[in-house]
Amino acid sequence: MDSLDSIREVFFQECDEQLNELETGLGLIQTGATLADTINAVFRAVHSIKGGAGIFGLDELVNFAHIFETTLDRIRRGELATSPQVIQVFLRAADILSDFVNAARTDGVYNLAKSKTVISELKHLTSTDPALATDERLDEVSAETGLLKLPYWHIIFKPFPSLYAKGNETMLLLRALERLGTLDVKIDVSNVPELQNLDPENTYLSWKIALFADCTEDIIRDVFEFVEGDCELQISWIEGDTKSDGTFEQPDIDMSKFELFTLPQQVEETSAAAAMSTNNADQNLPDQQTSKTDTTQHVNATIRVDLDRVDRMINLVGELVINEAMLSQRVIEAGIARTSSVAIALDELEHLTREIQDSVMAIRAQPVRSVFQRMPRLVREVAAQTNKQVRLLMDGETTEVDKTVIERISDPLTHMIRNAIDHGLESPEIRVAAGKPAEGTVRLVALHRSGRIVVEVSDDGAGINRARVKAKATENGLISSDATLTDEEIDNLIFLPGFSTASAVTDISGRGVGMDVVRRSVQALGGRISIASRPGKGSTFTLSLPLTLAVLDGMVVTAAGHTLIVPLGAILETLQPRERDIHALDHNIRVLAARGGYIPMIDVAMLLGYRHQAIDPTKSVALLVECESGTRAVLLYDTIQGQRQVVIKSLESNYRAVPGIAAATVMGDGRVALILDVDAIITSTRMATARLERPRIEQTLMEVS
Amino acid sequence: MTNSTYGEPKSRELIAFRIGEQEFCINIMTVREIRGWTAATSLPHAPEYLRGVINLRGAVLPIIDLSVRLGLPSTEPTERNVIIVAQIAHQQVGLLVDAVSDILNFNEENIQQTPDIASDLVRMFIRGLLPVEGRMISLLSLDHVLPADALEDS
Repeated sequence: MDSLDSIREVFFQECDEQLNELETGLGLIQTGATLADTINAVFRAVHSIKGGAGIFGLDELVNFAHIFETTLDRIRRGELATSPQVIQVFLRAADILSDFVNAARTDGVYNLAKSKTVISELKHLTSTDPALATDERLDEVSAETGLLKLPYWHIIFKPFPSLYAKGNETMLLLRALERLGTLDVKIDVSNVPELQNLDPENTYLSWKIALFADCTEDIIRDVFEFVEGDCELQISWIEGDTKSDGTFEQPDIDMSKFELFTLPQQVEETSAAAAMSTNNADQNLPDQQTSKTDTTQHVNATIRVDLDRVDRMINLVGELVINEAMLSQRVIEAGIARTSSVAIALDELEHLTREIQDSVMAIRAQPVRSVFQRMPRLVREVAAQTNKQVRLLMDGETTEVDKTVIERISDPLTHMIRNAIDHGLESPEIRVAAGKPAEGTVRLVALHRSGRIVVEVSDDGAGINRARVKAKATENGLISSDATLTDEEIDNLIFLPGFSTASAVTDISGRGVGMDVVRRSVQALGGRISIASRPGKGSTFTLSLPLTLAVLDGMVVTAAGHTLIVPLGAILETLQPRERDIHALDHNIRVLAARGGYIPMIDVAMLLGYRHQAIDPTKSVALLVECESGTRAVLLYDTIQGQRQVVIKSLESNYRAVPGIAAATVMGDGRVALILDVDAIITSTRMATARLERPRIEQTLMEVS
Repeated sequence: MTNSTYGEPKSRELIAFRIGEQEFCINIMTVREIRGWTAATSLPHAPEYLRGVINLRGAVLPIIDLSVRLGLPSTEPTERNVIIVAQIAHQQVGLLVDAVSDILNFNEENIQQTPDIASDLVRMFIRGLLPVEGRMISLLSLDHVLPADALEDS
């Protein structure tokens, strides 16, 4: 049972890949790149899903994939043009296919009604030429038999024992034939006797070959020149539409199932592939086969590895780095000279360990494509729901980032794209009236910038309606009515909890949790989100995220003898508080005048219970930090040790979450140090002192829930 | 307490250790390793019996001071102290004890009931008593060693 389950698991993983391939391919075709390669890739994707689904008896999936495949096959053979309408049908079909796969994965039942429309659309496409297609055609098991409607050379080849005795090989002959054009080969096994009667020296097999090639009979005869007299050879020219030709009836074995040959391909593609791969072509193989082998090798160059194994390795390498640091420390302590061979060897070891660490981290890195690929479908759905015309442009899909980051940016991105279409873009009529094309554009871009990944979602819509945002914020009690705000401040109001400008709550967005949730989930990843908006021109949301969640840049500080790490992302400034800037607000709260405001000071050691007497701020080091909601505070420490990158270790795995502490790490001396949760520290202080904003917080919380 | 899973005598071997003058034992199958004392990093707002956390080959391991947990007088650990790394459910914890003293074979019928006049604390942790060569060894159940919500959370 277990092994079947794991095969099933692999099948679904492959389905995901194939669906991605399909989506990418259709996207390419949509942009006008109707290369035979792309069409073949799309066809193969559907074909593979169908094949796999057949093994698991997923009949509905197989049926749908088959209909889909049949239609695609017509494109492949140039019988159907890739018009935008056709591509739209294909995109919808791809969505349905993905739904089928998901239903099968969760053992759910798929609602067939939804697929009915698309099926009829697909059938309509296959039957636009009434002479060629009928409904029965769709029920054929093998799409390849469709080839028989074209004129072809019909070759019956029956080798005698002498053929093999002379060292000839049927396979080579068939390959030579394939060089002339597209082949459909059936083997005839009807003459094979029972095993006890079988003479190993005799020949029982014969082949029926359909060659779709524009050549003379002589050229075909030339292929068989060396086996003349050693075989029975019949060559005849068959005009198209010979569906009733009994020679290709079951139970013939379809040779193509054995992967001896590539799927039938267009002759033009063959020559194109030949031109590209002449350099590395194995002379024994037809060129198109070589090009296929190349892609297969490329695909096989990856392996699937359980994420746990990679994580374990990352942990161990982290340990290695720490151990190496400890060893270096000991060597220095032992008074060994820096120039000694031991010290030099240690330097090399350090180099190696860093390199191993980088390589291991790179294993987890993946292109953001997997997330980006889900977006076209989302855009189609939201566009349909909102009656808007939307074009999605994507760039930088190959940008690599840690897998955990990829998994967790999917939801925020979904939200942002929904918002861009629902709130950002105007309806076609308004757009046309404003002198813009009726079709709105949403751009999704990923890029690396200074050690972080930046994801931008921009639209060419109306931009943020600042007057409305401000009115809404006032109405919701988020700001006072007489507040004067800069444009930037108004734009940022949309990130506040409980804010929503959509007058009607729609299915898509507008529940007033959208951007607030996006912001929180982005910040939970150690990222930031910002917005830039120009009225009438559109808005751009920019996400900036760390490349990995496994390491963190932190400031190492000491508080009452304890080593703590403050995430660098939260720190705005380091300060040395001066006596005259310190003011007492009440008996236990003091504020520091900095950056044009009064910022509360928090003695972290006291807050964490490491000491009971507050530190003298003038003798301490202060870090001005900003938490995710934008609240600032000054955290006081004894000393700053410096800045370093630390490996994040969970406290929860063996213990539990500790308030005020985000996680732990292991320092160079092998001891555990704690990473501060700046947000929790600021929040806990605010709660404890029951600030004036309290009613506001409660109000917004109520709205959120 | 009756359907306790950890410290259950699946194997017939127990590992015995000393805390102050008293001897305790736990099921050897729950023990992952035994290591020397290294300085722990204390956690803020932690219960008194939680000495802090140490680095166990890359994992963060909480250290329980068993003597404090069992209501015995606490002493500052030295290099002679021992940490028993035990598996409780899917978590690992380090138990700070004075020394490991013995490995015992035992029979279920040899276990004496804990007298019910014992304090709640004792009855919470001690499954029974084992007489061994004139010594009395308490069989510990590790179910409640970690703070209750630590197990619930995970």
